[in-house]
Amino acid sequence: MITLNHYLWISGLLFALGIAGIIIRRNLLVIFMALEMNLNAANLALIAFSKFNKLVDGQVLVFFIIAIAAAEVAVGLAIIVALFRRQQTVSVDELNSMRL
Amino acid sequence: MLFCGVLVISSRNPVTSAMFLVALFVFMAGLFVLLEAFFLAAIQILVYAGAVMVLFLFVIMLLNIQATERQKFRWLGLLGGLIVAGAFVWELGIILRLPVAAIVPGKASFGGSLEAVVKPLFTNYMLPFEVTALLLLVAMIGVVLLSKKDLK
Amino acid sequence: MNLLAATTTDLGMNGKHLLCAVWVILFAPLVAAGSIMLFTQRRKGLSAALSIGAILLSFVLSLRLFVALAGFGIHHQQHAVQWLVVGDLVKIEFGTTTDSLAILMLLVVTGVGSAIHIYSLGYMKGDPGFSRFFACLSLFTFSMLGIVLATNFIQIFIFWELVGVSSYLLIGFWFEKPSAADAGKKAFLVNRIGDFGMMLGVLLLWTQTGTFNFAELPAKVAAIPSGTLALIGGLIFCGAIGKSAQFPLHVWLPDAMEGPTPVSALIHAATMVAAGVYMLCRVSFLILPSEMALYIIAWIGGITAVMAATIAIAQNDIKRILAYSTLSQLGYMVMAVGLGGPTQAMFHLTTHAFFKALLFLGAGSVILALHHEQDIWKMGVLWKKTPITFGTFLIGTLALAGVPPFSGFYSKDQILLLAFDHNKSLFVIAVLTAVLTAYYMGREVFVVFFGQPRDHHAYDHAHESPLVMTVPLMFLAVLSVIAGWGDKLPEFIAGTIEHEAHHPALLTTGLICVPLVGFLLAAAIYLKRDPSDAPVKRALGPLWTLVENKYYFDEVYLWIVKYVQGTIAAACELFDRWILQRLGIGGLSFGTDLLGRTVRCLQTGSIPGYAFLFGLGITVIIYYVVVK
Repeated sequence: MITLNHYLWISGLLFALGIAGIIIRRNLLVIFMALEMNLNAANLALIAFSKFNKLVDGQVLVFFIIAIAAAEVAVGLAIIVALFRRQQTVSVDELNSMRL
Repeated sequence: MLFCGVLVISSRNPVTSAMFLVALFVFMAGLFVLLEAFFLAAIQILVYAGAVMVLFLFVIMLLNIQATERQKFRWLGLLGGLIVAGAFVWELGIILRLPVAAIVPGKASFGGSLEAVVKPLFTNYMLPFEVTALLLLVAMIGVVLLSKKDLK
Repeated sequence: MNLLAATTTDLGMNGKHLLCAVWVILFAPLVAAGSIMLFTQRRKGLSAALSIGAILLSFVLSLRLFVALAGFGIHHQQHAVQWLVVGDLVKIEFGTTTDSLAILMLLVVTGVGSAIHIYSLGYMKGDPGFSRFFACLSLFTFSMLGIVLATNFIQIFIFWELVGVSSYLLIGFWFEKPSAADAGKKAFLVNRIGDFGMMLGVLLLWTQTGTFNFAELPAKVAAIPSGTLALIGGLIFCGAIGKSAQFPLHVWLPDAMEGPTPVSALIHAATMVAAGVYMLCRVSFLILPSEMALYIIAWIGGITAVMAATIAIAQNDIKRILAYSTLSQLGYMVMAVGLGGPTQAMFHLTTHAFFKALLFLGAGSVILALHHEQDIWKMGVLWKKTPITFGTFLIGTLALAGVPPFSGFYSKDQILLLAFDHNKSLFVIAVLTAVLTAYYMGREVFVVFFGQPRDHHAYDHAHESPLVMTVPLMFLAVLSVIAGWGDKLPEFIAGTIEHEAHHPALLTTGLICVPLVGFLLAAAIYLKRDPSDAPVKRALGPLWTLVENKYYFDEVYLWIVKYVQGTIAAACELFDRWILQRLGIGGLSFGTDLLGRTVRCLQTGSIPGYAFLFGLGITVIIYYVVVK
C-alpha cells in the first residue's frame, strides 16, 4: 500500500538533497541544477496532496510552477553568462566580492 | 530516483550532473503518471527535460566548463550541508510521524485528463494565468538585455 | 476665581472700600517697581517720585485702615482669592488679612519705609544706579507687605523668598564691589538654609491638618500629637532663624552692611529681619502649646542676644556695630516669643524699627558728611559739625539702651519682666545683654561724636546733611520717643489691656539703672580727649581677639563647607568619571562596536555560506511552526 507518506518522504529527501547540493558544490551551474531539483521535489509533494485530497488545485499550481521555473532558469543562466564574461569563472570561491 | 539525486549533486563533471538531472526529471514524470496526473507528466517532460536542460547544456558548452579536479576538499562546506540536510530530514521524520490518518489512494474524482486540469486554469485561476504570461515576457526581455555586450 | 469673603464682620458700606484699599496697599509698590524698571530708568526724578509716591500712598491708606478698624476690636478677617485647588487635598489662596497684628505691621513698614525712601533721595544722589535703587526698594516693599498681609503659609513662603531676592538685589547693589556681591550671595544662601527647614515644617503641618490657612489652623492644631507639634514648630522656626539672623544662621547680617545705608536701615533693621518675628507671632497658636519648641526658641534668642552684644564691643565700623546691635535686639524679640509673649515681642519690634532705622539713617548721615568714611576711629567731635544728626542719634541710642522715658525702655522692660517671670537664667542673660548694649552704644557715640578729630582732612569737610535727610531723622526720633507711652501699643496688639503682674519695686527701679551702668562704664573708658580700645584689650586679653573675630563663625563655616562639600564633590566626580563615563558611555560605545564587528562577520560574500544560513533558518522556522 503506497500511502501519502511515502510520496512525502521522497519529496522531502529530494529537497534535502537539493539544499545539501547548494551548500556543498562550488560550481555555480551545479548549484543551479540542485535548485531545480528542489523545485521538482515541491512539485511532487503538491501532486501527491492533490491526488490524495481529491482536489485539482494542486495540479494547477504545479502547472504554474513549471512555467515560472522555466522562466527563472532562463534568467538565471543569463546572469551566469554575464558573470562569466566579467570574472571568467563560475566557482563560488572566487565570486565573493560582495563582502565587507 | 534518489540515487539519481545523489549523483546530481556529487558529480565532478557538470555535464554528468546535467545528465542525471534529466534522468531525475524522467523518473519524476513517471511518478506523476502513477499519481494519475497525466497532463502534467507530459508537460514535465516537454518543458523541463526538453527545454530547461537543453538550456543548461547550452550554457555549459558555451562556458566550456571543465570537470573540476579534486581540489582541497572543503570539509566545512560538506559539514554545513550535511547539517542542514540532516536537520531537515529529522524534522521530516517528526512531521510524518504525526498522527494523521494515512490516506488511502482512491479513485481520483476528477481524473487527470487535460480538460480536468485546464478548466480551473481558465476559470478560477485566470489572473495568475495572465500574470504568468506577463512574467514570461519580462523574463525574455531580461535575458536579452543581460546578454548584450556593453554598448560603446 | 471665586471671591472668598470669609468671616468678614459687617463693616457696612465702608467695608468694601477698605478691603479694596488693602489690595492697593499691597500692589502700589509693585506697580511702581515695574514702571521704573520698564519705563523710567533714565528719568531719575520720575523714578524716585513713583517709588516714594507709591509707599506714601500705602502709608496713608494704612493709616485710614487703622483709624477705621481700630474701634472694632478687630478679629481675624480675610479676603482671599482662590488660586490653586487640587480636589479636596490642596487649596491655596492669595489674599489679605486685616487684624491688629497686620495693621500694626503695615503701619511700621509703610511709615518707616516712607521715611527711608525720602532719606534715600538725599543719600543716593549722584549714584549711577539711582533709579534701579528705587525700583528695588519698591519691590522690597511689595514683598514685605505681602508677608504682612498673607493669609496662608504658601503665600507667606512665596513672599518670604521674594523678600530674600530683594535683599540680595539691594545688598549687592554696588555689585562692582566684589565684597558687596559676595555679601548678597551669602545672605541669600544662608536664608535658603533656613527656608528649607521652614518648608519642611509647613509641609509637615499640612500632612497633619490638611490646610495652610492661618484662620483655619488654630482649630486643628489641638489634634496634633505634641512631639510632632514640637517638630513642626522647630522647623518653622528655622525660617525665622534664617530670616531674622539668629544663631547659628546669623553670619549674613553683618556682611549685609555692604549695601547702601538706607538699605541697612530698611531691610536689616526695621522690616525684613523683623519678618521672622512677625511670622512667629502670626503662627503663635502653633508654638505656644508646645513647651519644647518654646524652650528652644527662647534659648536661641537669648544666646543670639548676648553673643551679638559681646561681638559689638570690639567692632570699628559704624555700621557693623549697629548690625550686631540689631542681631542682639532680634535675639530679644525671639526670646520674648519663646517665653510665651508674642505681644511683648511685637511691641519691641515696633519700637526697635523706629530707633534702629533712626540710628542707621543717622550713621548714613555721618558717613555722607565725612565722604564715605565708615571707620569710627577716623571720626570725632562731630557734635559740633552735625548737630541734628548728633541729636537724633543720641535719642536713638538712649531708646536702644532702654532709658526711660524713651520707647525702648518700655518694650525692653516688658521683655525683661517676662524673662524674670518664666526663666531666671534667661533673665540674667538679658540683663547682661542690656548692660553691654548700653556700653557699646555709648562707645560708639563717644568715639564718633566727642573726643577730638582724628582725621583732620575728613573733619574739615564735614557738614550737616540736607533737609531731605534730616527731616526723616527727626520724624523717626519723635516716634522713638513717644511710641512707648501709656501702654497704647501693647493694648492695640493684644486687643485687651495686659494684666500687669506685680513686680517688686526693687526690680523695676533696678531695671532702670541697668543702661546707666553700661553708659557710665563706656564713658569712663571712652569719653576722653583721646580714647582708644587699648585698656579694654589689656583687660580682656584673649577674649578680645575672640569677639573681635566674631567668634570665628565665618572661618568655621568655611571650613565645614570646604571639607564636607569638598568630599561630596570629590566622591561625585569619582563616580561620574569612573562609573558613568568609563562604564556607562565607554561601555556602551564598546558594546555597540563589538556588536557591529560580530554582525559584520556574517557578510562573508561566500554564496555557500549564505545558503547554509538560509537553510538553517528554514529548518528552525519549520521546527517552531510545525513541530512545536
